[in-house]
Amino acid sequence: MKDEIESRDDRVANLKGMGCSRKRVEDARFTQGKGNYVDDLKLDGMLFGDFVRSPYAHARVVSINTEEALKVPGVLAVLTAADLEPLGLHWMPTLAGDKQMVLADGKVLFQGQEVAFVVAEDRYAAADGIELVEVEYDELPVIVDPFESLKSDVVLREDLVAEDGGLPDGAHGPRKHHNHIFTWEAGDKEPTEQVLAEADVVATETMYYHRTHPCPLETCGCVASMDKVNGKLTLWGTFQAPHAIRTVVSLISGIEEHNIRVISPDIGGGFGNKVGAYPGYVCSVVASIVTGKPVKWIEDRMDNLMTTAFARDYHMTGRISATKEGKITGLHCHVTADHGGFDACADPTKFPAGFMNICTGSYDIPTAYLEVDGVYTNKAPGGVSYRCSFRVTEAVYFIERMIEVLAIELNMDAAELRRINFIKKEQFPYTAALGWEYDSGDYHTAWDKALKTVDYDGLRAEQAQRVEDFKAGKTRKLMGIGLSFFTEIVGAGPVKNCDILGLGMFDSCEIRIHPTGSAIARLGTISQGQGHATTFAQILASEIGLPADSITIEEGDTDTAPYGLGTYGSRSTPVAGAATAMAGRKIRAKAQMIAAYLLEVHDNDVEFDVDRFVVKGAPERFKTMKDIAFAAYNQAIPGIEPGLEAVSYYDPPNMTYPFGAYVCVMDIDVDTGVPEIRRFYALDDCGTRINPMIIEGQVHGGLTEALAVALGQEIAYDDMGNVKTGTLMDFFLPTAWEVPNYETDFTVTPSPHHPIGAKGVGESPHVGGVPCFSNAVQDAFRPFGNRHTNMPHDHWRIWQTANKLGLHD
Amino acid sequence: MIPAAFEYYRPSDMAGVIALLEEHGDDARVMAGGHSLIPMMKLRMADVPHLIDLQGLSGLSDITVDTDSIRIGALVTQTDIIRHEGLAAVAPILRETALQIADPQVRNMGTVGGNVANGDPGNDMPGLMQCLNASFTLVGPDGERDVAARAFYEAAYMTAREDDEVLTTVSIPLPEGGYAYEKQKRKIGDYATAAAAVQITKTGEICAAASIAMTNLSDTPVFSEAASMALVGTSIDGTALSAAVSAMLGDIDPTEDNRGPVAFKNHVAGVILRRAIERAWSRA
Ligand SMILES: Cc1cc2nc3c(=O)[nH]c(=O)nc-3n(C[C@H](O)[C@H](O)[C@H](O)COP(=O)(O)OP(=O)(O)OC[C@H]3O[C@@H](n4cnc5c(N)ncnc54)[C@H](O)[C@@H]3O)c2cc1C
Repeated sequence: MKDEIESRDDRVANLKGMGCSRKRVEDARFTQGKGNYVDDLKLDGMLFGDFVRSPYAHARVVSINTEEALKVPGVLAVLTAADLEPLGLHWMPTLAGDKQMVLADGKVLFQGQEVAFVVAEDRYAAADGIELVEVEYDELPVIVDPFESLKSDVVLREDLVAEDGGLPDGAHGPRKHHNHIFTWEAGDKEPTEQVLAEADVVATETMYYHRTHPCPLETCGCVASMDKVNGKLTLWGTFQAPHAIRTVVSLISGIEEHNIRVISPDIGGGFGNKVGAYPGYVCSVVASIVTGKPVKWIEDRMDNLMTTAFARDYHMTGRISATKEGKITGLHCHVTADHGGFDACADPTKFPAGFMNICTGSYDIPTAYLEVDGVYTNKAPGGVSYRCSFRVTEAVYFIERMIEVLAIELNMDAAELRRINFIKKEQFPYTAALGWEYDSGDYHTAWDKALKTVDYDGLRAEQAQRVEDFKAGKTRKLMGIGLSFFTEIVGAGPVKNCDILGLGMFDSCEIRIHPTGSAIARLGTISQGQGHATTFAQILASEIGLPADSITIEEGDTDTAPYGLGTYGSRSTPVAGAATAMAGRKIRAKAQMIAAYLLEVHDNDVEFDVDRFVVKGAPERFKTMKDIAFAAYNQAIPGIEPGLEAVSYYDPPNMTYPFGAYVCVMDIDVDTGVPEIRRFYALDDCGTRINPMIIEGQVHGGLTEALAVALGQEIAYDDMGNVKTGTLMDFFLPTAWEVPNYETDFTVTPSPHHPIGAKGVGESPHVGGVPCFSNAVQDAFRPFGNRHTNMPHDHWRIWQTANKLGLHD
Repeated sequence: MIPAAFEYYRPSDMAGVIALLEEHGDDARVMAGGHSLIPMMKLRMADVPHLIDLQGLSGLSDITVDTDSIRIGALVTQTDIIRHEGLAAVAPILRETALQIADPQVRNMGTVGGNVANGDPGNDMPGLMQCLNASFTLVGPDGERDVAARAFYEAAYMTAREDDEVLTTVSIPLPEGGYAYEKQKRKIGDYATAAAAVQITKTGEICAAASIAMTNLSDTPVFSEAASMALVGTSIDGTALSAAVSAMLGDIDPTEDNRGPVAFKNHVAGVILRRAIERAWSRA
């Protein structure tokens, strides 16, 4: 009888469905140290494998002597390329259509490259064994600069040069030079050149988006266990895409896919670092097959920073043209992309530079052209999207810097220049010059709200006063106002143009409703801290009318979860979230028939109301979803199968396009180069908001990683190809101390094609945050003649900017 | 990052420590908080077949404040320094410095003895102790001796301490006047880009005495007598500050690293010293 007295609002609240700041169900175990990460896994007789790594960035491997290492108590085997070759596993395919050495096959191409795999009874013995593997190297000339690489006689990849010296095509077409990987174009070259030639004003800028690293708290690792009795391989690991890993393992090992079970347990952050396939996975599998025992491989922090999946390393040159009044007419972008020794980017197959062609940003730019050249160097492979959809951070950084430079050229306020050029609300769906169809947006509303909240005009007045005070010798601190307006492109993606290794980038959800009205839903994605178990249950709660607290979400086990492409590129909510809603609607459709039968009316005479079906016009006659669930299992309903289950594979019709407006206010000590963030305001529009608290958490995290990248986080190499930032002493990971208090805000522009209108948010703050922090630094120096300086804006580089502008004289 | 195998000892008296040091020579090292030594062992940059843990010793964890001096036992942690009210009352620069070392977890483990004995130019306590004109008591097979902090550091990781000696006590004459420890770093947990320790006294509006030492700007801490002298007898005006800075720049010899090039370090060293002097003067 309780149901009858409950108000509709109470019933909605009881579901904890969409829009509710439901507490994260994951946190009970994470905050008590009860998470279950791959390194927590301990199996009987488990061995431990670890790598001998190259100290050189480019060298021939003359010989490998494993004799002494094998004498170390506890060391069982040392695998080299020669051992893997008979299995065809000394090289492996990369996600980018290239191939990569699993273990050094005659040469090494970057410092830290995997040379031999020592298998031992524990990790201590493995470490001692590594010390005693004698590798003789013959050093080769090192190339760390991609421009030099394209001019050099030194051939980095002999395997990609034909015997007669010819250059076979790469995975993405013809190659211009033996160290060249691909050229990728979007847009119209000739018309763009013409627009630029005829424009009133053209601003040109060259910028380097430095190499950095996602650096998740948990490094990469796996446990491979080959059961020789039943022929089954189980592989636990830090996989952002467990199903794709299963398929890849099957393709390269020849083990039938049904005999492989891939499990991603709890993952301690991914940010793109855990998308690719790494030599450690292959070696662990081989070692388990050879020894018949489970084999664990876990990176240490230096291995992680130096070898698995860096991000960025884009040298970008832009030309942007406008009328005298500031209306942008054209954009030209060239990128020289440093991919390191192998092209191991994790992008959809047809997009070797990811979605860099979103680089027209949030602006109505009629004509544009983009050209990207991928280049090999003696650096680690990777090129993942660190907390952004494929290369979107680079694209947004590029356009948000070009806008600032254009504003300088036009002598205009950069906020106003943005406003003049935004795509207007009524222009959506909007087809950009470089091809994408933006689904929805309301940029002017967001921008105006942001500028009003921070009192933009007041800030500019304060800044002008500060400049005067500085010139008068009253202060040594400058004030910078960082602006950024970004459009993300997430939710890869439509199978017609998005695949990885031929696997379409749909995603999936399977729901089983239990007789007592609780449920389990399994998805093809995998949470790495995003809170899927919380939010997907909320989507379902609203769709099927059972409380989120009664719904278990399970991901990451390929034996139980439906096939999906995993979690990265903010695709979980746009794709798997859509699948969840669609599967929920199938449940509801069947529930409607059951309800109608129970209420003895026609199917069309009942309607869904929060947690029940009611007879239209007679709200006192209803069946709750709980009643219906039970009926599905205990009644013989004519024409309806027993049970209540559904599965949906969702192929999104388009990407989603979250956007946002960020403002950063920064004070900079000109003498020490120390920046101080006084204020950071972030307005995000991610469409329908499933859990505002989780959104806020994602924004805080993404902004913090943006701060890191903009202000100091870098993987730097010296001329010899040595990594200079291989530990957390030098690789900048901000602490609570360095992080400001963030103000978050929002507008809501639902995606028109997504079943619940959600767009994704996990990566937006990073995408928008990096240019915002960078623009704040650059803006502080604009009154003194600064146009552009490269990130990271660490103390000495900021100091150097001040110094070059004569501010220390 | 796993260290090579080592033997672990935890003697309960100093004689036991010295005996082990004598027996194993170069192959043995003492460990206090372990927060400099263990990372080096894990990186296999320090090879320590015989590791002697000092934490079993008693009598090395006291802070004693006398009428004219302070004695700090080698095993006193940086956290102990921060928490000790009596110490903060007579020598507040110790707390100010300790609060700028690493983070709370590291400070709970890291000891004063380890910090000054380590010989890493990045450590903050050596410069501080030179500024305060402290002396270190060393105990070895031939007994006890004192070495002035200003004479202790020879090069990076090279000190006047013999391999078979243990540092037991840091003695500091009671400091007088104003103080400041000013440190620029990239983030919490980082060693200094540049740091300056300053103690200063005044008579009327004139500087009567000054002591200046710099951290992480050479392969040892740098006590700059010239910079100190440049302040004495002045009213710490602009001219005096500039004179102290240029004298200090003559004494340091920074090298380029990830914190920045030499020109930047020299510039920041000057800025940091100026700020340290100004703050110390305002407290004098
Ligand atoms: C992340 C991190 C950040 C840090 N940041 C800073 C910082 O900003 N500033 C700073 O000053 N320090 C910093 N440190 C170092 C920290 O303060 C150390 O703990 C300290 O330098 C050494 O003290 P310890 O007791 O840990 O010495 P240990 O590591 O135990 O020993 C260091 C060395 O001194 C020797 N030694 C130790 N005690 C004695 C003794 N009584 N007699 C003779 N020899 C001895 C050891 O043999 C060893 O060679 C940092 C450390 C970490 C891990």
